This record gives sequence, structure tokens and C-alpha cells, in this order.
Amino acid sequence: MELSEHIKTANVEDVTLRRPFHPALRGTLCVTSHHLLFSNRKDEASWQLLILLKNIDAIEKRAVGSSGTITIKCKDLLVLQLEIPGMEECLNIASSIEALSSLESVTEMYPFFYRPSHLTLLGPWGLSTTEQYYKQTERLWDRWRVSKVNSDYSVCPSYPSAVIVPREVDDDKLIRSARFRQGGRFPVLSYCHHSNGMVIMRSSQPLTGANKKRCKEDELLLQAVIDGSELGYIIDLRSAQQAQQARMTGGGFESKSCYRHWKRIHRHHERGKVVQESLIKLVEACSDLSHSVDRWLSKLENSKWLSHVHSALSTAGLVVECVERDGHSVLVHGSEGTDNTLLVSSLAQIILDPASRTVTGFLCLLEREWIQAGHPFQQRCAHSAYSHARLKQECPSFLLLLDCVWQVWRQFPLALEFSEALLLRLAQEVYASNYGTFLCNNEQERCAAGVKENTHCLFQSMLKPDIEEQYLNPLYEPTDLAIWPSVHPQSLQLWTGMFLRWTEYAQNMEEAREEVWSIVKEHRERV
Amino acid sequence: MEHIITPKVEHVKLLNKYPEKKSALGTLYLTATHLIYVEQTNNSRAETWVLHHHIMSVEKLPLTAPGCPLLIRCKTFQLLHLLFQKERDCQDVYQSLLHLSQPVKEDELYAFLYTPHQNQEDRRQGWEFISVANDFSRMGLSNEYWEISPLNKNYEICSTYPSILGLPKNASVAVVTGSAKFRSRGRLPVLSYYHKDTKAAICRCSQPLSGLTSRCVEDEQMLQAISQANPNCPFIYVVDTRPKLNAMANRAAGKGYENEDNYSNIRFQFQGIENIHVMRNSLQKLLEVCSMKSPSMSDYLTGLENSGWMRHIKSVMDAGVFLAKAVSEERASVLVHCSDGWDRTAQVCSLACILLDPYYRTIKGLMVLIEKEWISFGHKFSHRCGHLDSDPKEVSPVFTQFLECVWQLSEQFPCVFEFNERYLIEIHNQVYACQYGNFIGNCQKERLDMRLHEKTFSLWPHLLKNQHLYRNPLYRRSLESTVLRPSTLPLHFKFWCGMYNHYDGGMHPKQSVLDQLLSLTQKQVEGERTMTELQRQLAVADGVLPDPSGLISTPTKQDSPCEKTPTAPVVQSNGSCAPLINGDAEEAVPGAEKCNEEEGAES
Repeated sequence: MELSEHIKTANVEDVTLRRPFHPALRGTLCVTSHHLLFSNRKDEASWQLLILLKNIDAIEKRAVGSSGTITIKCKDLLVLQLEIPGMEECLNIASSIEALSSLESVTEMYPFFYRPSHLTLLGPWGLSTTEQYYKQTERLWDRWRVSKVNSDYSVCPSYPSAVIVPREVDDDKLIRSARFRQGGRFPVLSYCHHSNGMVIMRSSQPLTGANKKRCKEDELLLQAVIDGSELGYIIDLRSAQQAQQARMTGGGFESKSCYRHWKRIHRHHERGKVVQESLIKLVEACSDLSHSVDRWLSKLENSKWLSHVHSALSTAGLVVECVERDGHSVLVHGSEGTDNTLLVSSLAQIILDPASRTVTGFLCLLEREWIQAGHPFQQRCAHSAYSHARLKQECPSFLLLLDCVWQVWRQFPLALEFSEALLLRLAQEVYASNYGTFLCNNEQERCAAGVKENTHCLFQSMLKPDIEEQYLNPLYEPTDLAIWPSVHPQSLQLWTGMFLRWTEYAQNMEEAREEVWSIVKEHRERV
Repeated sequence: MEHIITPKVEHVKLLNKYPEKKSALGTLYLTATHLIYVEQTNNSRAETWVLHHHIMSVEKLPLTAPGCPLLIRCKTFQLLHLLFQKERDCQDVYQSLLHLSQPVKEDELYAFLYTPHQNQEDRRQGWEFISVANDFSRMGLSNEYWEISPLNKNYEICSTYPSILGLPKNASVAVVTGSAKFRSRGRLPVLSYYHKDTKAAICRCSQPLSGLTSRCVEDEQMLQAISQANPNCPFIYVVDTRPKLNAMANRAAGKGYENEDNYSNIRFQFQGIENIHVMRNSLQKLLEVCSMKSPSMSDYLTGLENSGWMRHIKSVMDAGVFLAKAVSEERASVLVHCSDGWDRTAQVCSLACILLDPYYRTIKGLMVLIEKEWISFGHKFSHRCGHLDSDPKEVSPVFTQFLECVWQLSEQFPCVFEFNERYLIEIHNQVYACQYGNFIGNCQKERLDMRLHEKTFSLWPHLLKNQHLYRNPLYRRSLESTVLRPSTLPLHFKFWCGMYNHYDGGMHPKQSVLDQLLSLTQKQVEGERTMTELQRQLAVADGVLPDPSGLISTPTKQDSPCEKTPTAPVVQSNGSCAPLINGDAEEAVPGAEKCNEEEGAES
């Protein structure tokens, strides 16, 4: 079925658009294969609103006499209302939106059609590769190597084609270790600390099962990681009880007897559906316009969103403590190793590594630790907070990361080179984008769909000099020190920039940001 | 002085709130004005200074194996958990602090001992620096509708009101005095703020003595006169800031609220702000949440909710917003009262002033506002802050709530206040410190009787001198003409960590945008100053300007005469001698103040 067949009514005149904190506008509404376009030409200057259909999370129809109202709830949390004259037109528009906003075929999505004149499809895609990262990181050369054991994605379908592993472990051992790990996600290097050479590894859970199976090669691999030193830490992102239970379904944990030099610490993290529901509850609480403070606080508490922020930052702090303060290497995993594992390992890097706090460094970190590391974006971000659809595999792990980074930025407002605007842009792009960066679930799928050949890369476009400035933090002062965020409940706040994004409040904050910029610019001119 | 049994105790532990962190070991000193804890390690010494007046409670906890614990809670929300080796020492310190923190007589307060480097003339000017009369002139009063009247100059009409009152021009003396008799404690309806643009006014009073059926013609005429003083609106709002139930209960005691049938053209409103006792208990609960050892996110949010504190803050804000809206949008005058008209009424009127008038959002403007709506209108600072050993049921964080409302506004509007958060916190500290005379006593008449202007100094010049610390670098004057319309949705109210967890450094952002911006803008100001100075020196060198000093030289820095080590308190025979060194307010030491000025001049 052609996309255009979903469109029964392409144009409606005299539509009224209502947005929060703006006067209502009258104009023409168009539906295309990928966009909803509203334009208002009554005044001399025409004004347009273009929304990617993929950005639409939910729509609600309501009949008022002969006309209909559609409420559009976007994944970036914007809520719009359209009053459409003519019931039939209204229903047609609604059904087009419903069909076209939930396309499942990757190659039908807008990034495959987005061809702006200032970008070219030629040239390398993305910011960096595993090989390049290895080349740049001199600390790794001695004891680590790049393995291409997964070059055809057969060892681990969700890993990139190249991974960094201890030099002394050969590819055969890796294959065996992969068989012993869920989804084949054997332990690979995530980060090597510049000052002491200690590393953060990540993987999925070992498949020890009820019979306490062992895998010699997996044990050797981890032994090689600590390379004769006394101790390494395994940070298991499940409670001890959950890890025990996982054995019943074939999963498990690294037992003390088999991994003698590794000390296991359990930290419970919620995952999947629970976190998605938490986001839904939080957004619901934020759109509650009743005036009861008690109700708001109780809803905020009940959403548990801030509790997830709290756990993520605490565990990341624990990893940093092991690596930086105690000087030990760390292996992080939960179950699949594609969500909380990535969340904790990337947060730890932001706290530890000044390089990941620059705009380029941060985007490289996301590329390495989320895109290439196989966070299943397509599944996790299929729906956001408004959708009524039954939850499948949605989970806002990435949004949680952005929130945590925002918390770090709030506590260390000078230490990050990027601004809140960058985080907000990413929060939007991850759900609906012109670019191919967040398409698919892993590199293998991207390869199959031809994402790199047929779409543009978001990160590359964000780093273009003329665009980058809006993402800069005017107060940035690099520091080499670890930036330990406080995780006292009083120190963590609701990310108002995100969750109150479409309120008047956001405009006041924008004013303040402009003022900061102008002070800094004035100061620089003087110096 | 006679209260200090042991001026110095060694080997006292200061316990850290977080058990995993090491506690400090040091020496405790008691001086006439401060408790000083000195932690001396190899090369560093850390001093903690606590003003006796800041101490809210001292509690001896059950004896433990490591020693004798003493818990000191402060009105500034500082918490000190000390551990003594000897029970005897603990008991002595405990006894001393009980007396020192709650003096019995006014003249034992710090302000009566405190003498900054000022002569009598400076002192007089300091007290005249903020003038309520000038503020009335600023509003354009007197005018054809309102007059500033000396009717209460001997405090005969109302003993807790200021000597000058803003009254509607067409209210006769008989109406004024008659109305006063019908109002609780004689607190008749008078002008609080006149909004030039709309000619609408905010007036304040106490509850009427209406009981179940009483009425008073003069009081009705008084409200009529207020209504007539506004040509732009045919009615006035009468806002009773109390919950309806409380107001009704008062009727049984011969008090109550205005009956709409008896007053022409009034629109009556309740606002539902709770009384001082509810607020005191709420703060108590809030502080319990703040001092929880390691709460989970849920514990914290549930505790915050159960304290009710944010709900109360919102209720004050809602009432303030109602007033500002009525005045600016409906052009209607508003008469506000609660029971006595010195707590909730003060909160709501002053908040409305801030919303309406950008002047009150400046550093000086806030001083004027506090002087006007709080000090001169008889907010009972001595009772509410518990300056003296008195009825604990009179204590309530009414003023703190006002400051918090201002803070909440500054969080919603980061560019409209000339001052930053530290200004509010400093004012809060000073209210309780009793170092200056401004917040001593319960009303103007009491202050006059105490001869505070002769015996103590005013806080405001001191704050103004340090105003560079309190500047908001984001302040934009261009925005100043606007009336603020804050959102009062619950999600816009934040917990004020900077106030209630002020002393838990670990909870605050580790880097400060404020400091960064202040230093950027400060350098700019200094740069300009240096440039002017260099140009002047060049001009002198060229012989264009006469040389005032005879030599072209940079000012030399004098050795600081201020002492760094706390010395044992000197026994003082009377109240006139200078206090000892002061840590959290350096200028308490005449020497330190001088040395600060020298540094200021040099930079």
C-alpha cells in the first residue's frame, strides 16, 4: 500500500489551531505522507507549523455539531487542538494521522526522504567508529585490541561489527563467551580511565541457569580485564533476589567461586514497562491543572520518575567510586545489557571523563554507547507518554539519561560544554526525526535497511559550526576532575525545561538564558 | 555574662549528619554573643560561628558510649550535633545556652551591645535612610483621593499602627475613629498601596467586631469612602485571608467578617490561608523532612507533601495574585484583613505590592516594602521570631513565608528582581539575629518607647553597603514596568533548598552560575573604575589636575587589625562594650570592617 493511499482528505480550509499560550489561529491544514502542515496566510506574513506525523503520539477526536475537534498529543509533549469544519474531513484527517504516524517499515520513514540542499549523502556517516576510537585512545594500545569477530553480526546481533577486548583473549574465546551471555552480549570495553587505566566493561547477564553452568572462556575474559590485579567490581543492576530468580529462566550472575577476583554489588533498577509507565504518570501529573499542591506532590512521588533518576545517578556514582577513588575496573550489566547498563556506563563517563563533557565528546559518547552499542531505539521509542496503545517494548531509557545529564549540568553548570538546548533537541529527535541516527534497533538492522547510505546523520548536522552555537554553554570552563553529583533527594529536581517545555515558564527561562549569553558576550568583548 | 559557666571546652566532637563521614574534633567557645566551634587539624582550621539569638532550641540527648550529645537547632535552619566527653561540660554548655539564646529583657539583645564604626550622625542617617513617608510620595500621595494623615501621631487611634496613615480624603475624623472602634485592636482600614495607573488601592485592616449581628455605620462609611476614592471601579473587594471556617468561628467571639448586606458595593472573598499555629507546625514537619538522614526519593516527597508547607506557600501566593489581578486588571480597590491584620494581611499585601510595582523588586525597594508593610504596620517580630523568652505559641514563620514567596517568584521570573537569593537569606538571618534594631519590638510605638533609634543601628545601610553581593546579574530594567503574573499551578512551587537546607553544603550545586556571572560583571565594573582612576592619575601627572595626595601612588593596604583567634570572653560590666569577634558577619568587628573597606578601595 502506498503511503498516499492513507490520505483521503489532503487539504482542509478554515481550520482553527489552538496551542498553549498562543492565540488561536485560522488557516489551512494539509496532510502529506510524513507531515501535518498548518499554514495561516491571513496576515501579511504567513505562518506555518510543520509536524512530523511520527511525532504524534496520540490523537483524540470529538464531534461538536457538524465540525470536529482533533487533539494532537506529540511525543515531544506538545499538545495541539485542531477544529476542523466538516465531520467527514475531520474523520479522514484523523484516520490518516493514525495510520501514517505509526508506520513500522523503516525505509518508509521520513529520514529516507529528507534531502535538504545543504547536506550531502556522500562521505562517511556518523562521527566515529570503534577503530577510530581505539586509535585515538593511546591508553588502550598496550593491553587492548579491536576484534572484528562480530563483523557479520553473527556472534552478537546487537553489537557493532568491531568491539574492544583484552589483547590476550582471542576471537574463539569471545565466541564462547558470547554463547554464555544473553543475546551474545559478551563483556566489551566501554571506557578506559585516562588517569589510572582502569576500565568500565559492559555486557548482558551470564546464562548460568538453574544448574550453575560455567564458561571457562568468559571467566578468562574477565580475568584478562583485571590483568593480575587484585580485584574488579561487577555492578549488577538487579537486586540480589532478582538475579537469583533470573537463574530459573536461564539467566544468572557471576558467582564468587567462578570469578574469584570479582566482587559483585547489586543495585536494583526498574526497567522496561515500569519506567515507561513512570514517564506516562509524570507527564500526566504535569498536565494536571488542578490547584492542589498535595495532589501534585503525591502524583510526582507516585510516578517514581525522580526515583529512577536517583537510582541511575547513584549507581553511576558507585561505578565512578570504584574506578576513580578505589582504582578498580568495573563490569556493568543487568539482564539484556541494552538499557540500564548503557545508562549507567555512559553517566559514569560523563562524571569521570572531561572529554565526554564537550559537545563533540558527548555526541560521540551517545553514538558509541547507545547507537553502536545496540540500544533498541525503534522498540523503546515507538511511543511516548501520551499513547493509549498497549505497551510493547517501550522504555524511555534514553530520556532518563538526558534527565540525569541535566541534573549533572544543574549541579555543575560550568562543567559541560553543551547547554540544555542540546538535551532538549535530542529528547525530541529520539522520538521523531528527519535524520536516520535513531532509526532501527542496532547496527545490523541499520546496515540491512541502508540507513547510512540513504539518510543523514543527526550528530554530524548538529556539529556544523553555524548550528552548534545554540548548543553551547556560555559559562563552560573545562575541568579535569570528576564531577560527582549529589544524589540527596533535595538536590534532584524535576526537569522543568523538558516537562514544562510548552508553558509560559519556558519563555521566562529562555529570557534568562539570553541574558546569560549577553553578559558573557559583553565580557568577552572587553577581555 | 553571668550565664557563661564554662567559656571553653576542648575535645568536643561535631557530628556529621551523614554517619559515613568523619566527625570533626575541636574546641567550643562561648562568648557573650556567639557560640564558636573551632576545628583544628594539622594545617587547617575551620570555625563555625553561631549567634546565640539564632539558637532555637538546645536539647540534651541520652548519654551514649562515645560521650554526651547536645543537639542545637537554629532559627536559620542550621543543626549542630555536638558530643562532649564530660557530662559536666555538656550540662554547663546546655545551661548557658538556654539562658543566652532566650534573653528575658529586651536590652539583653545583641543590638544593644553592637556598635559598628558609626558616629551619631551616621546612625541618625541610617535610620532615616528608608522612609515610609517617601514611599507615599513616590506613589503620588497625597492626591485628590487620598491623604497622608498624622491622625495617629500619638498612637491614640491605633497603638499598633504607624504614626502616619493613608486615608481616603472624604473620610471624616469621626468616621475614622468610629471605624477603628469597630475593628479588632483598633486596626482600622488604611491605605497600604496606591496603584497610580489604575487609581485602585490596596487597603488593610483587622477583622470587624461584627459578631453575629453587630454593625457600625462609621465602618460602613469608611469602606464606602475607600470605594469612592477609586473613580475607576464601582465596587471594592473585601478579602478575608482566613479560611471561612476560622472566620465564622470568630463571630461567636464577637469578631468575624463583613456582612455583604450591610456594606454597599463590596464583593467579599475568603482566601483560606491558615493561622500562625498551623504554619508553625507545618514548618516543624518540613524541617523534620530536611533533617532526615538518608531518605529515599519517596520518603522525601511524601514528607514534603505531609508537611503541607508548599500548600501554605501557594495559598499565600494565590491571595497575593488575587489582589494584584483585581488592582491591575479589574482596576478595583481591595481591602484585606485576617484576624488582627498583622500576619496574613502583611504577607498578602506585600506580595501584591511586589507583583504590581517593579520598585519593590529592587534591593532598596524591598527594604522599603518590609519597613512599610511589616515593621511599621506592626507585624509582631519580637513575638513571631521568639527574640525573648516568651510564649512559644506566638512564634510563627510568617515572615519566612513571605521571603519564600518572593523566592518562588524569582525562580519563575529570573530577570525581574534586582537582588538574588542571598539577599533574602541574609534578611532572614538578620531578622533573627537582633544585631540591628529594625526587627526588635512588635510595633512602632514599642520601638519608640525602647528608644531603638538612639540605642541601636539600622540594618538597611549595612545591606546597601554590601549590595554587590546581593545583585542579580540577570536583572533587566527594561522588563521592570510589567505587572508579574506568576503561575500558581502546584508544579511551579519548588522546595527552597537554599534556605531550609542552607547549611547542608553537599546538597547544593557545586558550581554557581550566580557567582560566575557576578564575577564577570564585577570585573567589568572594576575594569571601568581602574580605567577612570588611571586616566585621573595621568591627568595629575600631566599637571591637568591638581594632585590631592601630593604623590602618585597606589593606596597601601594596612595590616588587618582583626583577630583570627577567638579569645576567651571578657567579663563585661555593662552592656556598652563592643562584642567579640564575629564570624558570620565580619563587620561586627570594628577592625574587620575597616580592613574590608581598605580592600574595597584598593580593588
